[in-house]
Amino acid sequence: MQTNLLEYLEGTVQRVPDKPAYVSEREGLSFLEVSERSRAIGSFLGRQGYRREPVVIFMRKSPYTVTAFFGTIYAGCFYVPIDEEMPAHRIELIFENLNPRAMICDAETRKAAENMPYKGSIYQYEEICEEPEDKKLLLDIRRNALDIDPVYIVFTSGSTGVPKGVVACHRSVIDYIEQLSKVLNFSEKTIFGNQSPFYFDACLKELYPTAKFGATTYLIPKELFSFPVKLVDFLNQYKINTVCWVVSALTMISGFGVFETKKPEYLHTIAFGSEVFPVRQFNIWKDTLPDASFVNLYGPTEATGMSCYYRADRKFEPDEVIPVGRPFENTQILLLKEDQTLAAEGEEGEICIRGTAVTLGYYNDFQRTGEAFVQNPLNTSYPDIIYRTGDIGKYNQEGELIFVSRRDYQIKHMGHRIELGEIEACAAKMDKIRSVCCIYHKEQEKIILFYTGEMERGDVAARLKEALPRYMVPNRVRKLETMPLTPNGKLDRVSLEREYIQQINKKKGE
Amino acid sequence: MEELLEILQEMHPDVDFELCDTLIDDKILDSFDIVELVSEISNTFDVRIPAEAIVPENFNSAETIYALIESLENED
Repeated sequence: MQTNLLEYLEGTVQRVPDKPAYVSEREGLSFLEVSERSRAIGSFLGRQGYRREPVVIFMRKSPYTVTAFFGTIYAGCFYVPIDEEMPAHRIELIFENLNPRAMICDAETRKAAENMPYKGSIYQYEEICEEPEDKKLLLDIRRNALDIDPVYIVFTSGSTGVPKGVVACHRSVIDYIEQLSKVLNFSEKTIFGNQSPFYFDACLKELYPTAKFGATTYLIPKELFSFPVKLVDFLNQYKINTVCWVVSALTMISGFGVFETKKPEYLHTIAFGSEVFPVRQFNIWKDTLPDASFVNLYGPTEATGMSCYYRADRKFEPDEVIPVGRPFENTQILLLKEDQTLAAEGEEGEICIRGTAVTLGYYNDFQRTGEAFVQNPLNTSYPDIIYRTGDIGKYNQEGELIFVSRRDYQIKHMGHRIELGEIEACAAKMDKIRSVCCIYHKEQEKIILFYTGEMERGDVAARLKEALPRYMVPNRVRKLETMPLTPNGKLDRVSLEREYIQQINKKKGE
Repeated sequence: MEELLEILQEMHPDVDFELCDTLIDDKILDSFDIVELVSEISNTFDVRIPAEAIVPENFNSAETIYALIESLENED
């Protein structure tokens, strides 16, 4: 039985050592090179005495970053990817939570790394990736490793303004990779075009199946996702046949009419998720690539990547919603009503997830872990943890799960999961701001921040960009004289939404 | 040009669009902005921006964006 994720790489490097594994425009690594570098880094970290603790990876996104991840696992530690574009304040909060002793940076991020409020050791990738391998040490670390030991921590938005670090172990990730690979038919012939950043669990879909099957992953430069023709050219140039992208990346290609002049020639597997695929755009894709397989994926970071899938093997009517479908094998969905009993067909309930893929919880945060990772209310006999997603769903007549709404103010924007509360908390901290309220306009897919206070709009926007990750920065900032309140004194989001819609309609009419 | 500046200013009130000519190079406009901008431009100026015209060179400054709009208007 496989108990460690690195077994994927170790099997593959015997089989196809010289095949390209991870490739970007600037650099590429074969499986042998991935293995050598990972083992070198693992030996180095091991010799420094790090064990079962977080190692922060602060590197430009590249094939080398993957070997820093694997190297960390070789050392029996867990990697925590930090993005080079992450704002300083967010990194500070993450460090407060982690209290890390080790960080790996690269030549380009070195300076920024040294300026961080961090007292642990900084190692530069270029200096440690060719360290001598210590076979005996690596074997010793592996013998002591368990499949319930963490592999990584990724941070997700927290409504209080403090991000939550989701900890996933080997067993959960192996379960996810096995099930996902079956559903999407990955093989040695798979050529991935990676879109998602490395600081989210979304990139698991490419990184580990590549190691498992001896496939190849091309890292697509982020800028291409603004320029659709170049993006399709890239897919064709590298004969990319499989993509697991956020919906907005796919709709950008179809929405700009790229298919009128060219189409992705090699693409046969298209997985998407994290948000609703507008049916009109989906149908354009389906018409353009009728033989390709389209799969909708659904799942929270807390249950390791994705938990449910739906094969979208037909076109949809304009008023239809593409279902979330059903859970992967070895994962169970409980649709729980407020009275903690199971919802029947057509009834709404909270989507709760049970199975090996449920992660260990939030790092250094037993309180918030306890609120979301709870005892299965249907089981009063022994410990049985489920994860409550906060998503409301229901079953359709075919028994397929449908996403209905959120229970709180969490949104999905461009594939990113965001707590509006985190944006509000950030804005509320500014000196000259009296009150704030953040809403999400679904049709326009815009985050709108309303505020009252003495600050100018431009200054507020500039400060938000300094403090929040780019994807969380509001698309509109509006200054108000007074903040509308409900009769019981709460922020009146409904009236703000109404007012905003009136405003844009008025503008359209002009 | 006024109308275009207004659209851009709505998106990023903290940026001086009359001066900035590195909107793409400095990642001031991201993919969400490009999608929004293209749709706003087609609504406001009644032109259709073809996919081939959506390249970095055309979006680096308000000036280049406006030149693109004008070239499309002249085509009609």
